[in-house]
Amino acid sequence: MSFSDHFPILVVLIPLLVAPLASLFTKGRTAWALALAATWSSFLVSCFLLKDVLANGTVRYYLGGWEPPWGIEYRVDVLGGFVLLIVTAIAALVLTFGRRSIKSEIPERRKSIFYAAFLLCFTGLAGMTITGDAFNVFVFLEISSLSSYALISMGRDRRALNAAFQYLIMGSIGATFILIGIGFLYMMTGTLNMDDLAERLPAVSDTNTIRAGFAFLTVGFGLKLALFPLHLWLPNAYAYAPSAVSAFLAATATKVAIYSLLRFLLGIFGAGFALGAMPLDMILIALGLAAILSASLVAVFQKNVKRMLAYSSVAQIGYIALGIGLASQIGLSAAVLHLFNHAMMKGALFMALGAIAFRIGSSRIEDFAGLGKRMPFTMAAIAIAGLSLIGIPGTAGFVSKWFLVLGTLEQGLWPLAALILFGSFLALIYVGRILESAYFGTPKEGVEVREAPIEMLIPIWILVIANIYFGLHTDFSYGLAERAVMDLLPTAQTTVEVAQ
Amino acid sequence: MVVALVAIRKNDLFAVVMLFGIYSFLTAVLFMDLDAVDVAFTEAAVGAGISTVLMLSTLRLTKRYEAARRRNPILPLLVVGITGAALIYGLMDAPQFGDPMAPVHQHMAPRFIQDSPTEVGVPNMVTSVLASYRGYDTLGETTVIFTAGLAVLLLLGIREGQNTRPGRLAIGDTLVLRVVVKVLIAFIMLYALYVQFHGDYGAGGGFQAGVIFATAFVIYDLVFGEADVRRVMPPHWLGRLAAAGIFLYAGTGVVSMFLGAPFLDYNALAHDPVHGQHLGILLIELGVGTTVFAVILTIFYAFSGMRRPHQVS
Repeated sequence: MSFSDHFPILVVLIPLLVAPLASLFTKGRTAWALALAATWSSFLVSCFLLKDVLANGTVRYYLGGWEPPWGIEYRVDVLGGFVLLIVTAIAALVLTFGRRSIKSEIPERRKSIFYAAFLLCFTGLAGMTITGDAFNVFVFLEISSLSSYALISMGRDRRALNAAFQYLIMGSIGATFILIGIGFLYMMTGTLNMDDLAERLPAVSDTNTIRAGFAFLTVGFGLKLALFPLHLWLPNAYAYAPSAVSAFLAATATKVAIYSLLRFLLGIFGAGFALGAMPLDMILIALGLAAILSASLVAVFQKNVKRMLAYSSVAQIGYIALGIGLASQIGLSAAVLHLFNHAMMKGALFMALGAIAFRIGSSRIEDFAGLGKRMPFTMAAIAIAGLSLIGIPGTAGFVSKWFLVLGTLEQGLWPLAALILFGSFLALIYVGRILESAYFGTPKEGVEVREAPIEMLIPIWILVIANIYFGLHTDFSYGLAERAVMDLLPTAQTTVEVAQ
Repeated sequence: MVVALVAIRKNDLFAVVMLFGIYSFLTAVLFMDLDAVDVAFTEAAVGAGISTVLMLSTLRLTKRYEAARRRNPILPLLVVGITGAALIYGLMDAPQFGDPMAPVHQHMAPRFIQDSPTEVGVPNMVTSVLASYRGYDTLGETTVIFTAGLAVLLLLGIREGQNTRPGRLAIGDTLVLRVVVKVLIAFIMLYALYVQFHGDYGAGGGFQAGVIFATAFVIYDLVFGEADVRRVMPPHWLGRLAAAGIFLYAGTGVVSMFLGAPFLDYNALAHDPVHGQHLGILLIELGVGTTVFAVILTIFYAFSGMRRPHQVS
């Protein structure tokens, strides 16, 4: 095998091997340098991988040399490569951004272990994305969950411990449900490989066992991706976690959970069963709408900006769920695209909040007063990413909402379209509150605040510029999303027709 | 079942921990009954053995009795009820237990049973599946263990251990106890090594061996004191060992990559594929054992180091 044949495993193996290495160093700075190198190399490899997938189709890698279904296979298609690109890019950017932010929030003697846990969390997420084996998803889910509980608990605020514990309980229930679901599937098919499952499921799909397994998997992933009303762990976890952790998790963890749900729903069960025979499409639309409206409304009244954006994340997940619920080519493409766009927006926003917390030590909205003048670049980044969050034309957020609205109109669901617009209006209010305080509020006297250091600004602005770029050039992002969905749907499309 | 119900009702946490231990033993017996020897072994070593010790050392840091409940647990009860109902609903259509025609026995199992002795060459098929066919999952599980160790270190850290009375014993000055434990420790370690290297033939493997090996140190700690055990196995060495286990496991995989085969393909490790499989499984089991041992002991250190002197006496 040549070097490039090993790319699929390398994306996961590099951080997995560097994590224990990083934990051995007593100096936090060395651990940071190692982690940085690992994430950037993973990112590079995932770029090559996506290029390969786009040129030559799905890439497969048999671990241990055993062919599936006996062995575990890594399987990268367009959707997997796309999500992998998001995860690796955000990890690399957040670590580039995070050195000083983490230094100010994590005690020195814990830093190298912190970086190791960060890398393991990244390993878990990447592993979940790339695998073609249902049980392997669970194993890497455990790696990412366990490390993210630990990472969240490292927040300076004592309430971080409580938030992490709450997430631990909810997350463990979710993981157990997923395991039970996988167990049921295995019981009825005797296989764990995703493609093999998809092949063998239709024969037994009309049984209680498969229906129960389907329900367990959906609820389990629903918990992990914070689908309304299973989102209760998320606001506190994101609000009290260290800044860099919030930025990383907000932009990746829920995205990977959504991706895994899509894999199971469309890749294994098939759209005909998941969104046709089962009433999940209507449920997803209803829950998505409830998430958009309720979480946006709660966000409007938050005093802590981090918490506000956490609620906004719940709302954005609602948009994605809605897109999946539409069960059409355009709706699903919009959902996948929003996954990408939301990672860019929230990555930029949470990193910018981290930069502000680094300078003023707070993320309360009244402390933002006057920051527009004192930290102009950071605030401008928040403003632009915020506009993208609202969905102003010219930003990435507009594109995904546009296709989402098109998807609803295509099915004649114009009240849904109106409600999506109303959600954007709510986003306008809460983003407006941040900007109002920052640009028109009177700053406290006698407090010197300087602009964030350049090493923080560069990663933030990379994402901000990406927000604008992908708002104007939709070929790459929407084109990829469309191809990714096409990969998932072809077998499904026929079954949808059969089911109807 | 009865034990679990009592455990929920009791608010004497000490009793609850003991009941959990019994529960784990019963579960292990149940697994035995289902012919899942390896799982039973793990349950006995981890569920009944080490986690009881860990829960007890946590208990030492908190109070023995649970605070009175404030909320009426209606919602949790509802969730548990629905989950149980869903499980029963799901099992209604499931194949009968032991049905040889069940998909589980028809699809992948025949190859595991018929070909693994020639392909992998290990008599214990569970080991073949865990260490070779699905060796990558086991690497993942080992990483989960490693992550757990990191998480505990992040949250608690390891403090300096101190003997209750420096230079004296932790649990009284019982001569009998001291002599018995000294003799026992040697046998426990020997047994752990047996489990480690005999996993190819019988029940066991790196995971169980690591736990048992750690138990030897835990007993030493309990009888001879924290400072003494830390002199034998210093905490910073545990960190290195835990990492070394992962390196050994993943490193085996990387070597096979350099030999032109996929990650963790042991066939490439020797001229004869079966020899390669043997070598690979030996190495990765050693990696698992090392990491599990180091992490379990790390967690134990982290908790035992939290004890403040006045709580011990």
